[in-house]
Formats: sequence, structure tokens, C-alpha cells
Amino acid sequence: MEEKFAFVENAEQPIAMHPKKFALWLFIVTVVMIFASMTSAYIVRQSEGNWLEFDLPEIFWYTTGVIILSSVTLHWSYLSAKKDELGNLKTGMIITTVLGLTFLVGQWYSWVALVDRDVFFVGNPAGSFLYVFTGLHALHLISGVIFLIIVLISSFKYEVHSKSMDRMEMLVTYWHFLGGLWIYLFMFLLLNH
Amino acid sequence: MATAHTASHSATAHDHHEHEHHDNFITKYIFTQDHKMIGKQFLITGIFWAIIGGLLSVIFRLQLGFPDMQLEFLKPILGGWITAEGKLDPDFYLALVTMHGTIMVFFVLTAGLSGTFSNFLIPLQIGARDMASGFMNMLSYWFFFLSSVIMFVSLFIETGPAAGGWVVYPPLSALEQAIPGSGLGMTLWLIAMTCFIASSLLGGINYITTVINLRTKGMSFSRLPLTIWAFFLTAVIGLLSFPVLFSAALLLVFDRSFGTSFYLSDIYIGGEPLPNTGGSPVLYQHLFWFLGHPEVYIVLLPALGITSEIIATNSRKPIFGYKAMVISMLGITILSFIVWAHHMFVSGMNPFLGSIFMFLTLIIAIPSAVKVFNYLTTLWRGNLIFTPGMLFSIGLVSFFISGGLTGIFLGNSAIDIQLHDTYFVVAHFHLVMGSASFFGLMAGVYHWFPKMFGRMMDARLGYVHFWLTFIGVYMVFFPMHYIGIAGFPRRYYTWTNFEFSNMYTDLNMFVSAAAIVTFAAQLIFLFNFFYSMYRGRVASLNPWRSNTLEWTTPLHPGHGNWPGEIPAVYRWPYDYSKPGAPEDFIPQTVPLSATPESNLPHEQELVKLEKAIIADEETLLVANESKAS
Repeated sequence: MEEKFAFVENAEQPIAMHPKKFALWLFIVTVVMIFASMTSAYIVRQSEGNWLEFDLPEIFWYTTGVIILSSVTLHWSYLSAKKDELGNLKTGMIITTVLGLTFLVGQWYSWVALVDRDVFFVGNPAGSFLYVFTGLHALHLISGVIFLIIVLISSFKYEVHSKSMDRMEMLVTYWHFLGGLWIYLFMFLLLNH
Repeated sequence: MATAHTASHSATAHDHHEHEHHDNFITKYIFTQDHKMIGKQFLITGIFWAIIGGLLSVIFRLQLGFPDMQLEFLKPILGGWITAEGKLDPDFYLALVTMHGTIMVFFVLTAGLSGTFSNFLIPLQIGARDMASGFMNMLSYWFFFLSSVIMFVSLFIETGPAAGGWVVYPPLSALEQAIPGSGLGMTLWLIAMTCFIASSLLGGINYITTVINLRTKGMSFSRLPLTIWAFFLTAVIGLLSFPVLFSAALLLVFDRSFGTSFYLSDIYIGGEPLPNTGGSPVLYQHLFWFLGHPEVYIVLLPALGITSEIIATNSRKPIFGYKAMVISMLGITILSFIVWAHHMFVSGMNPFLGSIFMFLTLIIAIPSAVKVFNYLTTLWRGNLIFTPGMLFSIGLVSFFISGGLTGIFLGNSAIDIQLHDTYFVVAHFHLVMGSASFFGLMAGVYHWFPKMFGRMMDARLGYVHFWLTFIGVYMVFFPMHYIGIAGFPRRYYTWTNFEFSNMYTDLNMFVSAAAIVTFAAQLIFLFNFFYSMYRGRVASLNPWRSNTLEWTTPLHPGHGNWPGEIPAVYRWPYDYSKPGAPEDFIPQTVPLSATPESNLPHEQELVKLEKAIIADEETLLVANESKAS
């Protein structure tokens, strides 16, 4: 006869760090590896010559501004939640979500701008790489926006406050990471195109 | 930092009732979140794939060993892949070697080995109720299952499965016109591998989180069993390398389906140029081998960890050089990321770069040799107990030596010009990576079967299985070195038109016959495994008289592993035959204060510290009991 017993989540779990937060950091590591390999591939390929030269779309400067701003507003919401200023939290979350969506729209227009310059996804890898970088980053950003919306909804249900910050903290980590990732990609492209 | 986990779980009577009736068939056996059941799921799926992968190799060995043989009798299984003359279709031969490689490397020796034992042993050996996230763990298995289904389906489609070799180099894999296998089969291969990567990453994130955050009280990193160290480092390697395979596969998908030119350039088919310009096939090789080489250690490290544990237990001796073992595994982990280009010595890479990678590659011999030395010194003058698990572990050490030696040749960029892509390479990695890891897997199954199913496997059948497999593996792969040195290239359907290769026909015949016998010997294991699961002798709680925590659980541990408090850990896991101790093993749960007769001077110092911890624990226990009453 199999002995059965319960798994009790009591308050004193012997944990060094919140396991889900830790797992999020590990997930971030995998995303870093994807982009590290992509940008390395870019350099390796570029060094072999036959490389199309073109100007980066100016709109990248604006979208970069938008994503930095969204990080600022999210951090403001985070601090508000910590101080239990729930009105500010909601405002901040709405602004951040709108900014996140704005960034995505802006990235779409960067593709339009690329097409206007006759740089297509299919063609010289110089252009293809740019589409892959922005596309993959946008895909991760969409997951970030979904996360934003989830936390936004729970903040309207008063589930985010100083006593319940885990999800908010994970969101802040992830969103700052996505912003930082974009800045890395943009700097990389500015230096290496 | 590691000793700071000073709280404990408690299962009070009240909660007991709340959770008791939750398990039904589906949540217990199918969509389970219990790490032990997930480990078994990985094991059974891995065994299934091992049979398929082995059968594929038997079919292509028939072609290699007996090129003139009538294969009509395979028509019921292979259908159109047997030509009208009763011969194996050459395109299907390529598909066979490709799928054999893919299945064995990823589905058997990654998912079946790491998936099984990381899941099963990590919580049990570190003293945790379950993985950090049971849900992610379940997801990890089901992604693997989905991947398996897709890969399995690809075996049966009309154009055949992927056929570009398990490394799927473009342009062969990127152009549908190249070979039939580069069509739908290749697409399914890429989809299946994407699911597989997702599965590995979900699993790996879980393993790392669990090992770092959920160790029981007293289980510092320096007291971790070497199995856990190995699984932990394996997960770290996977976490860093699988995303790169994802990148490589993603760009390949774009080249195949969207017409981009990441890997394709200046290709003519039937005199007509393709539109792709500016791509670089070597780029794919860089990306692929950045995963591909660490993958070797993803396959091997868990087997080495399992071996450390089993050899120490069955030599009744502490593992020789625990710290050296950990440091060499760390060294292998780091080095595995900076040697990938030794797979590309002849791909047109800069020869100077080749000599750097040659240097780094040869450095790996040092941590590997340290490990071998430590295995041998652990065995030296031990009270050896030859359980089947022990035999397979010793077999692993043997393959690790004989296969590792040829690695020194192949790591040399000059000799590699002659040896690359010959059967010498095939022999090398089948010994050092394939057979060694397979033996680690087998050793683990024999050793932890009592914990998995509460019954013992039959030892005599285990011995027969071991000797047939051990001798069989050497009979298959030793002659292959000679075939390879003679210049016989791998992946060729037939190579008998030259005098020099013709004279090796009988050797190939011998290899094929040995391969078939070795494959048949695995049926003994299958019988033993499934028979013992239901009819085996009921195991005692600690059949190998081992020190690690998993043997302190009930015979059939439920979800949560320990019925009461999780035991605390007071010593390292290798206190075997300690001078002065009444028994030849002292489990990790025995406090140093209970064994004054065998403590070393520095351990006597620790006793004081320990007493403080035990006092803390008792106050907690009293507090809990008063709460419950």
C-alpha cells in the first residue's frame, strides 16, 4: 500500500530566492543566448564581405525613446504599488501598456521604412538580419505586453499592492530586460551596420 | 550561503486529509506533476526511442555489412524503400543514419538520460518535496512527447524523414530539390527539434532552480552527491547552448521557407543559378556546433555523475577526490563552450584558428583524465560489490578511456585531415559518447530501479545483459577504427568500388553481425525491466546500503517524497568504510554527534555547531506539535 501524505506549502520554505523569480532570470539567460548567437552570426557573416550597406530607419530613435519611457513609467507604477498608491499604479500601468503597444507599432513602421529603402527580408543577409533582430525582439516584447496586461488587470482587481508584489517585481525585471535588450540591439546595429 | 535554509516542511494531520483523494489515473500517470512519475515517463519514452534508433542502425548495418543481401523480407515494414531488386533505397539509407543520430543523441541520451535521472534524483537526493515548478516540469515532458510524435510521424511520410545527417548542414538541408529527405521530412525535423529545445529549456530551468533553492537543511554544495553536481552542470550547459541551436534552426527555417540567404550562396541546380546570394554555410556550422559540442557533455556528464555515485557505493569507499571531481566537471563545462570549431577543421576555416581550437580541445583531456584517475583510485582496493549497476559503471570507465584516447587524435587539426568524416570518427564518438552514456543510463536504471518501482531487477539477467553488451560494443566499434584509418568515409551507401576499401568488406560484415547480436542482447534488458516492474523481488529500503537521501524515503514514496519532515543532512554522501564506524556506511542523515567513534578531528569541531542546529529543530518540532493539537 502506497503511503500518501500532503505537500504543505508552509511559510518557512527553505528557499534562497523566490523560485519563480529565479526561473525568470534563467529564462532571461536563454533569451540573452539567442540574441548573443544572432549578433555573433551577424558579425561572422559581415566579416565575409558581400554586405549590403544601408541607413537604419530613423524611427528606431523614436521607438528607443518610447521603450525607455515605458521602463520609467513601469518603474513609477512599481514604486507606487510598493507605497500602496493604487491610483498611481493603475495610471502607470495603463501608460506603460500603451507605450509598449506604441513601441510595437513603431517597430512595424521601421519595417515599412526598410521596404521603402528596398531592403527586404529576402535578399542580402544584411537586411534579413535586421528583420530577424527586430522581429524576434518584437515577439518577446509581445510576451512582455501580455504580461503587462495580466498585471494591469490584476491591479484593477486590487491584487497588486505592497503585500503582493511578486508578479509586479517579475514584470519589472522582464520589462527592463526587454528594454535593455532593445538598446543593446540598436547600439549593436549603429556600430556594425 | 548554502547552509542557511533553516526551515522545514511539515505535513500536519489536517492537511493530510485535504489532499489525500486528489490523485486519479490521469493526474497520477499522465498529466502528473510528480517529479518521480515524470522521470519514469522520460525513461519509458527514452526506451521506446532507443528501440527505434537501434532498429534503424540494424537496417543500415545490413546494407554496410552485406551489400549484396536480398532485403525483400523487410518489405512489409519498409515498403517502397526496398527497391524492386530487393535493395535498400540509397536515399532511405541517408535518412536512416540521420534519424539514428538524431534519435540517439537527443531523444535517448539527452531526454532519456538527463530527463529521467535529473527529474527522478534531484529532489530525492537534495531533500526536496518536488521540483521548483511541477507544472513546468510536466510541460517539459509534454513538449518532449509532442516532439517525439512529430519526429515519429516523419518516419512514415512519403518522401521519408530528414536525410542530411543529424547535423543537417545547409545547403543540403535547406534546398528541397537536394534530396527527398530535405522536403517535408526536414520541416518536421525542425518542428520536432524546436519542441525538443523548449522541453530541454523548461527542464533545465527547473533543475537549476531546484538545486539552488530547494536543498534541505544542511545540504551545502560541498555535500551534494556528485550526481546532483553533474545534473546541475548539465542543465547549465543546456541552458546556454540550446538557445543557440534555436537560432541556427530559425535561420534555417527562414532560408527554407521564406527564401532568405543566411546560409545559401551561388548555388546552381541543373545549370540554373538560385536567386540566393551572400549566405554562408560555415555560419550554420558555427552556430550548430556551438550547441553540438556542449551537447556531447550534456549527454556524457549525467552518465559520469551516475557512475561516480555507483562506483563509490559499490566500492564501499569514499569517492577519491570529491573536489577534484567537481572542479573537473566545472572545467569540462567551461571548456565545452570554447572547442566547437574542432568539428570544422576541414570546412575552410582559417588554419590558425584551427590550431587555437586544437589547443583548447586537447586541454579537455586534463579534466577527463582527472575523472578517470579518480574512478580508478576509488575502485583501487575497494570492497567491490559487482552489482549490474556497478558493472555498467565500470564499463563506462572503460569506454571513456578507449574512446577518449582516439579523441586526442581527432582533436589534432593535422591528423584530422586524414581522419575526418571516416569511420574512425564514428568509432570514437560511439565509444566515448554513445556507449559510455548508454552504459551510464543502464547503470542508473539498474541502480535506482528499486527506488523507482520498489522492486529489484534480476541480477543474473543483468550480468548476462552486461557482458553481451560490453563485449558486443567493443566488437562493433573496435574494428571500425581500422576501417576508418583506411579511409572508409561515413554516411556512404556503398564504398566497395575501390580496392583498398574492398578488403574491409569482411570486417564490415563482422561489425554488422556484432551489432545485430548486441541489439538482440538488449531484449534481455527489456524483459528484465518490465518483468521486474511487476514480478521482481520486493526491494528493501536501502538495497545497496547507500548514504544518499533517496534511500530514506518509504519504499513507494508518495508525492512529496517524505511522509514527515524532510530529513536534515549532516555529512557528505561518501562516508563509506569510515575507520571506527560499526557499519561500512553512514547515511547523510546521521549527525556527526551520533558517531563520535568515527569522527575526524575537524568533524568534532562541527559537532558543536550541529548541536545548535538540532536544538533549533526541536523547538520548531515542539511548536508544530502544539499547533496540531
